[in-house]
Amino acid sequence: MKADTEIDLKVKIGGCILRNPVMTASGTFGYGREFEDFIDLTRLGAVVVKGISLLPRAGNPPPRVVETPCGMLNAIGLENVGVEAFVQDKLPWLQRTGATVVVNILGNTVDEYAELAQRLDNVEGVAAVEVNISCPNVKEGGVAFGTDPAMAAAVTGAVRRACKLPLIIKLSPNVTDIQLMARSVAEAGADAVSLINTLLGMAIDLQSRRPKLANVVGGLSGPAIKPVALRMVWQAAQAVKIPVIGIGGIMTAEDALEFIIAGATAVQVGTANFINPRATDEIINGIVEYLAQHNMRSINELRNTLRT
Amino acid sequence: MPGQYLATIESNEDLGAGVCRLTILAPEIAAAGRPGQFVMLRSGRGLDPLLSRPFSLHQTMADGRMQVLFKVLGEGTRRLAALAAGASVAIVGPLGRGFALTPPPTGTRLGLIGGGIGVAPLLFLAREIQRLLPDGTALDVLLGARSKAELAPLLADFRALGLEPAVATDDGSLGHHGLVPELIDQQWGQEGSHCRVFCCGPWPMMAAVASRCRERGWACQVSLEAMMACGFSACLGCAVAGSGKRERYFHVCKDGPVFQAEDVNWG
Ligand SMILES: Cc1cc2nc3c(=O)[nH]c(=O)nc-3n(C[C@H](O)[C@H](O)[C@H](O)COP(=O)(O)OP(=O)(O)OC[C@H]3O[C@@H](n4cnc5c(N)ncnc54)[C@H](O)[C@@H]3O)c2cc1C
Ligand SMILES: Cc1cc2nc3c(=O)[nH]c(=O)nc-3n(C[C@H](O)[C@H](O)[C@H](O)COP(=O)(O)O)c2cc1C
Ligand code: FES
Repeated sequence: MKADTEIDLKVKIGGCILRNPVMTASGTFGYGREFEDFIDLTRLGAVVVKGISLLPRAGNPPPRVVETPCGMLNAIGLENVGVEAFVQDKLPWLQRTGATVVVNILGNTVDEYAELAQRLDNVEGVAAVEVNISCPNVKEGGVAFGTDPAMAAAVTGAVRRACKLPLIIKLSPNVTDIQLMARSVAEAGADAVSLINTLLGMAIDLQSRRPKLANVVGGLSGPAIKPVALRMVWQAAQAVKIPVIGIGGIMTAEDALEFIIAGATAVQVGTANFINPRATDEIINGIVEYLAQHNMRSINELRNTLRT
Repeated sequence: MPGQYLATIESNEDLGAGVCRLTILAPEIAAAGRPGQFVMLRSGRGLDPLLSRPFSLHQTMADGRMQVLFKVLGEGTRRLAALAAGASVAIVGPLGRGFALTPPPTGTRLGLIGGGIGVAPLLFLAREIQRLLPDGTALDVLLGARSKAELAPLLADFRALGLEPAVATDDGSLGHHGLVPELIDQQWGQEGSHCRVFCCGPWPMMAAVASRCRERGWACQVSLEAMMACGFSACLGCAVAGSGKRERYFHVCKDGPVFQAEDVNWG
């Protein structure tokens, strides 16, 4: 596209410069290669890979996904190949493509998060770490790290000390006060926050009176959550000075632009990739078109311009 | 190599009993698709239903067309059933691993077993077996359905290949009054000659067929279904439990949809 060269889409997350503000959301883009037949990964702001743990995880029993009105519930159970296999088998291909790679990590304990971050520090081809704190804290009775400001800050601090990479903390929406969570992790050393992760939900089959997911509850994603996500992103952007990455129900450029106007520096596209594997590419083009129509030369002119 | 296309509906036939056959102009998929592979279909730009729906390749044709055969169940299939000729449909494919077609040892009969809408991938499979495997390979087709109405329109397509399916119906309105796995005993006997089975249908029916094949030491390939969000191994939603010989969980869209029956945990 011609407009691409005239309009500056570059955004900064910590020390990391992204080509444009459109990233993929963890868990919806595999390890990147799953999309090689559909899309040029180097067009994207960044590829955020499926959440990685220290050891491989097999995931939950099926059924793991179910559709709900304008959305879906998932209980994948964080199935992943583990950090060693990721670094050995998955990362080299991604790196060769020239894509900007953000590694999403998850742990059972604060120490596990720190160990993961340390393992990824200095690994060539890792541009940043995104920390999924919507995981149960095994040492603290299984309460999610992401629902307690002190625990979230503890994870953030530990990861901050363990690596020098730009650090994105991914916030859970299943909290009463998102501004408190955002401030806690910002003070603990986060370079950026991304939100929202999925909203906890469930669905029941009326014939069998069984839950539609084997795990009973799962994470709601897709267009159904966009208004909630937008509200939380706007609130978080008011609360902290670090960049906010908006996630939740983004299907089109229009959706992405709403998040940017609400204060997001970048966005992540999740469920939309399943339905339209070229969604990210189309969103980038749509953002360029909008900026051109509104005579803006840089994406930075649009951010946080909500008129209230 | 799979691709994403906006394809045109050439025709939409109502075959009765809630079964539809869509003919779609999708040259890349028609050229590359193998029996047992599938496509993801989605009509319109609306957000509800949200996800694309998986369907087996029913047939591919030389002129760039392909067909899916499906049963109307919920809103997704209702929308597809309402598509008129000339309408467009979003399609991703061909996806997954289809049936493995290696020449069988001499004297082996090949058996295609379909239950209900599970007949969908078998016509394409029968054609490819006839095209690719040595002349004289013995091929039997066993089909089960609720009633005659569900099956009748499809029999003609097999007859056109010179195949006369053995049929079982739940209500006895056509063929054997009973379940399709019972046809195995009827057609091939308790001991029988050596068979190689290809099966697609509801889970309990495939489990019954798999167990009969295991007893007889026959190789059996099954085409499985799972709830799918993507179809191309991005969501990891389509897990199915393995028998423990290999993986704990397989992914139907990538490791399948066709599996060796012995790799599957039938529960
Ligand atoms: C690899 C594969 C190939 C398939 N091939 C065919 C085919 O050739 N012809 C055909 O008629 N159907 C096929 N199916 C099943 C088909 O995808 C579902 O019937 C369809 O998605 C239902 O959509 P719906 O919106 O009409 O129904 P919904 O309202 O979504 O669901 C109606 C019912 O169907 C069940 N269902 C929904 N999605 C699936 C699914 N992906 N797999 C199994 N059950 C499901 C639901 O649990 C519910 O009970 C295939 C499924 C897979 C995984
Ligand atoms: C199938 C699936 C798997 C996911 N896996 C992860 C994961 O491993 N780590 C993570 O931080 N978020 C994960 N998420 C959450 C998404 O990254 C995203 O935050 C959420 O889906 C909301 O965005 P969306 O509405 O655009 O999908 C997953 C979401 C889905 C649908
Ligand atoms: S359907 Fe998404 S991974 Fe198989």
